[in-house]
Amino acid sequence: MATLLRSITLRRLAIATVVVLGAGYALAFLHAPEDADQGFIQKIFYLHVPLAIVALVGFIVAGLFAIQHLRTGDSKWDARSYVSIHLSVIFGVGVLLTGAIWAKGSWGVWWEWREPTLVSFLIVFLLYATYYPLRYAIEDRERQGRYASVFAITAGAFVPLNFAAVRAAQPLVHPRTFSDAGGLPGSMLLAFLVCLAGMALLWVTLVRFELASKQASGDLKRIRRALGGDGGPPTPARSIAPVATSAMSSMRAEGKP
Amino acid sequence: MSPFSALLRKDLRVELRTLRSLPAMALFAVSAFVIFRFGLDRTTLDGELAAGVLVPTLLFAALLAINRLFIAEREEGGFDLIRLAPVDRTVLFAAKASALVIYLVVLELIAVPIFALFFLDSVSGLLPFALVLLLANIGLAATGTLISTIATMSSARDLLAPLILLPLLIPLVIAAAGAGEHLLAAGGPDYGRFGTWLALLGLYDLIFLLVGYATFDFLLED
Amino acid sequence: MIPLAIENSDRYVGGAYLVFLLLLLIYVAIMAAKLQRIQRDLGSLAELAERPDARPERDVGQLRGREQEIEAVRQGGQR
Repeated sequence: MATLLRSITLRRLAIATVVVLGAGYALAFLHAPEDADQGFIQKIFYLHVPLAIVALVGFIVAGLFAIQHLRTGDSKWDARSYVSIHLSVIFGVGVLLTGAIWAKGSWGVWWEWREPTLVSFLIVFLLYATYYPLRYAIEDRERQGRYASVFAITAGAFVPLNFAAVRAAQPLVHPRTFSDAGGLPGSMLLAFLVCLAGMALLWVTLVRFELASKQASGDLKRIRRALGGDGGPPTPARSIAPVATSAMSSMRAEGKP
Repeated sequence: MSPFSALLRKDLRVELRTLRSLPAMALFAVSAFVIFRFGLDRTTLDGELAAGVLVPTLLFAALLAINRLFIAEREEGGFDLIRLAPVDRTVLFAAKASALVIYLVVLELIAVPIFALFFLDSVSGLLPFALVLLLANIGLAATGTLISTIATMSSARDLLAPLILLPLLIPLVIAAAGAGEHLLAAGGPDYGRFGTWLALLGLYDLIFLLVGYATFDFLLED
Repeated sequence: MIPLAIENSDRYVGGAYLVFLLLLLIYVAIMAAKLQRIQRDLGSLAELAERPDARPERDVGQLRGREQEIEAVRQGGQR
């Protein structure tokens, strides 16, 4: 399984992302009909909702990576969890911004408390934003990783619960929601699904991309250390990002009693 | 005596002797009520305003206790004791969470009657609301103990715990205030969506007790 | 008012998609900056490694010393 996943190179992922995302938005604008109620504004749906779904799934995936990290002690899982959260937070910013624009276009207000996706996302975003001060506040690398993993698991469990709670808090009369996703006509559904797949691919591609970058910096530090460390450029301020290198993961795996 | 009861009794005895958290929590809650009286410019509250004052006040008072939950362990090496003792470390989680539930119940026994005295016209909704508060206390204790442990071991501990906890506790606030809005309504308690709120609270409690139980051990490793 | 509404909705849709693209581009720009730093560091380390040293054994000795250190740590961890 691992070798199968590894064969899906970053380049192939990136190409697939471009193709699927491009096809998705072509379908959304050229094939799917305009919404009867909302008009052209509804086209934001094909952007906002896939971003939201992918970000949320990303947070849960980060929790799963964190579980693996605690089980195996291998820091590569910590790196994966960290990067997953990082990208989901960025996607989350996109959700909030596109959601606000949609709200302004649909109802004339920049924020709408009765829109459960927006509100849930705000809460989730506030929670995951604390991930960074948490990591920064713990000096010891290993402990930092372990604590971050416990946080990622707790927060991951929180995400679906939070959605249910915010939904339950909706006023039963006159709810204001974006997506009447139940009962989408075929062509709209197709466009939506392709956009969703494209967003998911984008997320995976960017995660892979960032992990590769982290691996490169990590290996760089190893080389610098092995060469004696003098004469190189000064090391930057303490970074909170976990460093996952191939050597580190094998050392961890062997050294663990 | 089981390690659980030993730890719990120790905590309760220490709290009784030093009175570190409880008086502060109660005093905070009552002062907050007075502040709300002036902030909202109201002398009676019912429905959503009553719930909106009571639930957040209890929550913020709870944060005071949560911040100091592990103060003894931190200052007197209690964590090392647990690590060395031949017991399942999760017992510390259970003991601390139980202690926190007890503190919260005591707080509510003091603060809620005072709240009723200050603001409520009818107290008939308070008994079912007590059930809501009990379930909320359990969830608060589970999450609070977990995050307090994380914060204790970090350098920004006073800041970190409330920062992480507040978003995490929002579903509890939604459920407790949602139930309170109906139970403390002006015309008497209304059980409209009581089941929904209880279910949400129960689910929250279950999930975070499980998460705490499963991950606490990893927090105590050196 | 109706013609204006149509214009406005175009603007909102465009704005939303633009925000998404901007986020993506900002991310790429930040990653590009990181990549540049990695390249720069690699360049200086390559120079360091190829540096015609007065005592080449020192580098080898240092490497071997490091290897022994790593071995000692690994064995210490296994105990």
